[in-house]
Amino acid sequence: MSPEPDAMGMAGSTGSGSVASPASPPPEARLEVDVQVAFDGFDLQVEQAIPAAGVTAVFGPSGSGKTTLLRSLLGFETRSSGRIALNGDVWLDSEAGVAVPPHRRPIGCTFQDGRLFPHLDVEGNLRYADRRSTPAPGVAAPITRGDVVDALDLEPLLDRRPSTLSGGERQRAALGRALLSRPRLLLLDEPLSALDRRRKAEIMPYLLALHPRFGIPTLYVSHAVDEVALLADRVLVLADGRVQAFGGTVEVLEQLDLAPLTERFQAAAVLEARVSAHDDEYRLTWLDLDGQRLSVPRIEHLAVGESARLLVRSRDVSLATERPSPTSIRNVLSGVLVSLQQDESTAFAEATVDLGSHRLRARITRASAAELDLTVGSPVFALLKSVSLDTRAGR
Amino acid sequence: MNLPELGPLWLSLQLAAAATAVLLVLGTPLAWWLSGTRSRLKPVIEAVTALPLVLPPTVLGFYLLLLMSPRSWLGGLWVEVTDTTLTFSFTGLLIASVVYSLPFMVQPLQAAFESLGRGPLEAAAALRASPLDAFLTVAAPLSLRGFLTAAVLTFAHTIGEFGVVLMVGGNIPGKTRVISIAIYEHVETLRYAEAHTLAAGLLLFAFVVLVFVYVFNRRLPVHVA
Repeated sequence: MSPEPDAMGMAGSTGSGSVASPASPPPEARLEVDVQVAFDGFDLQVEQAIPAAGVTAVFGPSGSGKTTLLRSLLGFETRSSGRIALNGDVWLDSEAGVAVPPHRRPIGCTFQDGRLFPHLDVEGNLRYADRRSTPAPGVAAPITRGDVVDALDLEPLLDRRPSTLSGGERQRAALGRALLSRPRLLLLDEPLSALDRRRKAEIMPYLLALHPRFGIPTLYVSHAVDEVALLADRVLVLADGRVQAFGGTVEVLEQLDLAPLTERFQAAAVLEARVSAHDDEYRLTWLDLDGQRLSVPRIEHLAVGESARLLVRSRDVSLATERPSPTSIRNVLSGVLVSLQQDESTAFAEATVDLGSHRLRARITRASAAELDLTVGSPVFALLKSVSLDTRAGR
Repeated sequence: MNLPELGPLWLSLQLAAAATAVLLVLGTPLAWWLSGTRSRLKPVIEAVTALPLVLPPTVLGFYLLLLMSPRSWLGGLWVEVTDTTLTFSFTGLLIASVVYSLPFMVQPLQAAFESLGRGPLEAAAALRASPLDAFLTVAAPLSLRGFLTAAVLTFAHTIGEFGVVLMVGGNIPGKTRVISIAIYEHVETLRYAEAHTLAAGLLLFAFVVLVFVYVFNRRLPVHVA
C-alpha cells in the first residue's frame, strides 16, 4: 500500500516555522551509517546519513532490526560489517579493518531494562559514569553532575539502590548516568516500553526536556507512534531490516502508511496548530488549524501565537458526511476524503482526510464506509474523540 | 589420650591456603574466558578442567608424579633451576593440589559469571569502562557469592585430598605429611585415639566451614539485575 498521490500539495505541510528543525548542523555533523548484519535468517541493511542534531526516532515494529542497529552503533554487534562514522570519526570500517571497541565510542546509552549497576546506589551509578568520561571536544560547558541531578530530579534517589526504585525512577537514573558519560551521541532504547501508562506520563516531561537542555544528538528507538510523534524531529522507519522511510516526523508519519508497521490501533497523524486563545472559564485552549478551530484542555505553558503539536490516533477519528448536530465531541474538522483503503480480511477500512496542509487518518468499519457511501474526493467531516498533546514548551 | 602432633594439620592449612590463592589467580581468568567465549575449544577446555572431578586421585597422582620426576622435562628443569626435586616437596604438593582442585575454583566462578549476563558489562562498556575495568568494578563485585563459594570449596577440598598427595608427596613429616595422610598412618599403626582426634577435628572443621558459607551466602546481597 503506497501513499496516495500528492494531490493537495504536501510540500506546504511543514511550513510552520516552529517545527523543531534545529539550526541545520555543519555539513560534517552527521552520523553516517552503512551497516549490514546477517544472522539466523535475519538480515539488516541500513544505509542512511543522519544529521547529528536534534532527536531522530528509530521507529519500527518488534523484530524490525532496531535493536540490532543500535547494538551495531554501540559496537556490541560483532557480526556487523560496513561503515559507521560520527562527524567524520570512524567507528567501524570493515574494509579498512577498523572496529573501535564499545568503550572507546563516545555514546551514551540507556537500555530498555535500565541496567543500573545493582551493587551501587544511584549516586554510585552516576559517579561511575562521571569518573570515566571526558568532556566532548569543543564543548564549552561540559555537563556537570549538578545539571543532571537537577534536570532529572535525582536528588531524592541518590542513596537508593536500583532494586528499590520504580521503573520510571530507574529510567531517570539511567538517563542521568548516560548523560554523565558526556556523550556525543545519546541512544535511548525504548526507555518507556517497560513502563505502564502512568509511569510513561511521569517520565515523558523529562525526556522532552532532555534535548533542549543538553543538546546532545539523540537516537530514540521506539515502536510507539505517540512517543515518536511527541519527541522526534525526524524519523527513520525500519521494517524487516530495511529503511522504509526517513524524514521529518510530520511528513513521515503523514505520508507513510504505517498500518503494517505499527501495532494495532496505533496509526496516527500529527497536526501542528497555533494557539489562538485560552478560555479560563472552561479551562480550554483554542487552537487554529489552517482556519479551523479546535479546543483542547488548557495548555498552561503555551502562549497565544505559539504552536502546539497534536497527535491524533486513527482509532479516535470518526467520519460523517454532514456536519453533525451537537454532540459531546467538540472537535469536528472538515476536509476531503483522499483515500479509502479497505482491508478485506478485517472489518476495518482506513480513510485519509485532507485538511488543507495536514492529513488525518480515520479507522472506521467497512460497513459504515459503505453505509455513508464514502467516495474519494468528496467532502467529509472528521470527529476527533481525543487528541494527545506535545507538552514541549516553545516548539 | 595421646594428643597427636599438630604438624600435619598446620601443613594441610598452609597447603590449602596456598592452593586457594594460586587458583584464585589462575582460575578467575580461565572461568572468565570460559563464561564469555564462543570458541570451539570451549568444550575441550571445559572437559580438561572437569577431569580432576572424575579421575581417580591415584590416576591423577600417577601422571603428576611422572611429570614431576627429575627424568621428565618439567621435573628435570626444576632440578636444574632450584637444585631440589619437585616430587616429595611442598611445591610439588602445591602444584598437584592446584590441578586437583581446579574444577572447584573454576566451575562456581564460571557459573557466577555466566549468570551475570551481558547486561551489566555492556552498560559498563557504554560508560567507557575498558574490559578489565568492567571486570574489576562490575563483574567481580556482582560475583562475590561465586568467589566465596569457589574459595571455600577449593580450600576444603584441598584439605581433604589424599590419593594425589600420597602419590606425589609421600609421607615425609613436616614436609608432605598432611592431615589426611597422618590419619591414615595412625590407623595403619593402630593408634586409633590419635586417628580419632584428627578425624573428628577434620569433620568438625568441614561442618563449621559449610555452615559459615551458608550463613554468609545468605547475608551477601543478591543482585537481581
